[in-house]
Amino acid sequence: MDLRLSIAQTNPVLGDISKNLEEHLRLARAAAADGADLVLFPELSLTGYFLRDQVFDLAMYLDAPELKPLLELSKAVSIVFGMAERHPDGRCFNSLVFLEDGEVLGVHRKVHLVSYGMFDESRDFAPGEEWNTIESRLGRFGLFLCEDLWHLGGQYVRILDRVDALLVASAGPGRGVGPQDGVQGFESLGTWRTLLSAAAMHSLSYVAWANRVGFEDGVAFSGGSALFGPDGRLRTTLDGLEEGELSVSLTSAELHRARQRTPLLRDGRPELVRRALGCAGSTGSADLGADTPAS
Amino acid sequence: MSNPLDIDPAFTTEVLVRFLREELASAGFSRALVGLSGGIDSAVSLALAARAFGPDEVLGVMMPYRTSNPDSEAHARLVARELHVPTRRVDISAMVDGYLDQESVPSGMRRGNVMARMRMVVLYDLSEEWRGLVIGTSNKTEMLLGYSTLWGDSAHAVNPLGDLYKHQVYQLARHLEIPTEVVDKPPSADLFEGQTDEDELGFSYAEADRLLYPMIDERHTEDELVGSGFDRDFIRLVAGRIVRNQYKRVMPVIAKLSHRTINQDFRYLRDWKS
Repeated sequence: MDLRLSIAQTNPVLGDISKNLEEHLRLARAAAADGADLVLFPELSLTGYFLRDQVFDLAMYLDAPELKPLLELSKAVSIVFGMAERHPDGRCFNSLVFLEDGEVLGVHRKVHLVSYGMFDESRDFAPGEEWNTIESRLGRFGLFLCEDLWHLGGQYVRILDRVDALLVASAGPGRGVGPQDGVQGFESLGTWRTLLSAAAMHSLSYVAWANRVGFEDGVAFSGGSALFGPDGRLRTTLDGLEEGELSVSLTSAELHRARQRTPLLRDGRPELVRRALGCAGSTGSADLGADTPAS
Repeated sequence: MSNPLDIDPAFTTEVLVRFLREELASAGFSRALVGLSGGIDSAVSLALAARAFGPDEVLGVMMPYRTSNPDSEAHARLVARELHVPTRRVDISAMVDGYLDQESVPSGMRRGNVMARMRMVVLYDLSEEWRGLVIGTSNKTEMLLGYSTLWGDSAHAVNPLGDLYKHQVYQLARHLEIPTEVVDKPPSADLFEGQTDEDELGFSYAEADRLLYPMIDERHTEDELVGSGFDRDFIRLVAGRIVRNQYKRVMPVIAKLSHRTINQDFRYLRDWKS
């Protein structure tokens, strides 16, 4: 895997798919002209975030004609973007779609919908039901939508799949304006950086984060899109509140070096986890030592 | 010692300036107007609006009543002058008295509420002429306590201060270099002579903020708050005000009859586009 990634920190117009689509095309074309192989957009980048009843109005099938120009452009540059996806059985998903070579290569449907505090996603979306790894000509990718990264399960599955990079798309609202040592920005952004860095360290892979900016009914999205190296270090990040793009390189050589230095993947013991999950349900860890057959 | 209510005023200013710009743009506007009382809240709202849209695009509106404290108007003018914001003065005495005299409204709260609502009438009329939106000046402390006039000072299009406790408004005011005469005077609704908010409430904003932060933001229980040193009667007084005034913080309730009722199961943001 050696590729040039462009991370697009956009400000989608709530509910205006044609305007947002235009912006996707503009940014993806510019990224391609700049030598990018892949461009990553934020969560629900095509529709905006607090959709409520608009989910039903805006959700589209993956073969919707509106997506044709993006598919066409994906022959020049692979594109990962967020949309409200309609399913034939009536469900709608909060989806992250991977386009490559003019096709839908894969789609991640948000598994961990967030429905507490200011969020109410479960009311409008159905949860995704799998953690599939995207096998792209550029490398192996694990796709995450915001809250997905806060649960270890999805990360762990991707670690077992030996992904090269976690591509994380968010519409993360900024919260907390207290003073912080030496940095300026929402307190929630610091929390995200800790989480992303830890995910990179656990998986020994790159972690790319596209988080949107802008406001919807007074809620500020915190931006701060970033790339973390497989050593967990923050490589580069965008200013919190502005739209912008990051252009970054991801290399196999660096991945191999990190994995040689810290052979966590070699030393993982998934069979123990499998045994614990197989025999003990939600309180698995208590039974780790018990003599039960692996399921 | 650090105060858990402390904010980063520079960053908060940046967020609020962008908030004003983007929320007004979303409604198709790039001009604003602020009713100026001469107090700290409207001074901060005006300063934020001036930064967001440029001073020439913001109108400061002074609406004195014949018994208003002359300092209020002087302070309002001072703030607008420092910010290079144009002002407009509308004396509400005739319109207020026209109603008060005709209906023999007794002095006190009713008269104060009439004045606050007449100011709303003026602001919303001028917003048409100015082609701008009315920027709110209510802070989180007074909104929680319900210390406002429904459809009076509580009426506005967008509110940059509604998630800031009074303590935080003071921090922002100092950062925005609001004149000290305005920052340091006792907060007053100036609805009758000698009125101050803190006399009327029976406690200070500083006392209220100290309690509201753990009670609301941290969701501490009454027993936990007593354990932290707060007086139980004070906790109940404040909690009672918060509950009693919930109606001022929401839109009127609608009798649900159909399958799809506004705000129940007809759910769209105000920033709704299609």
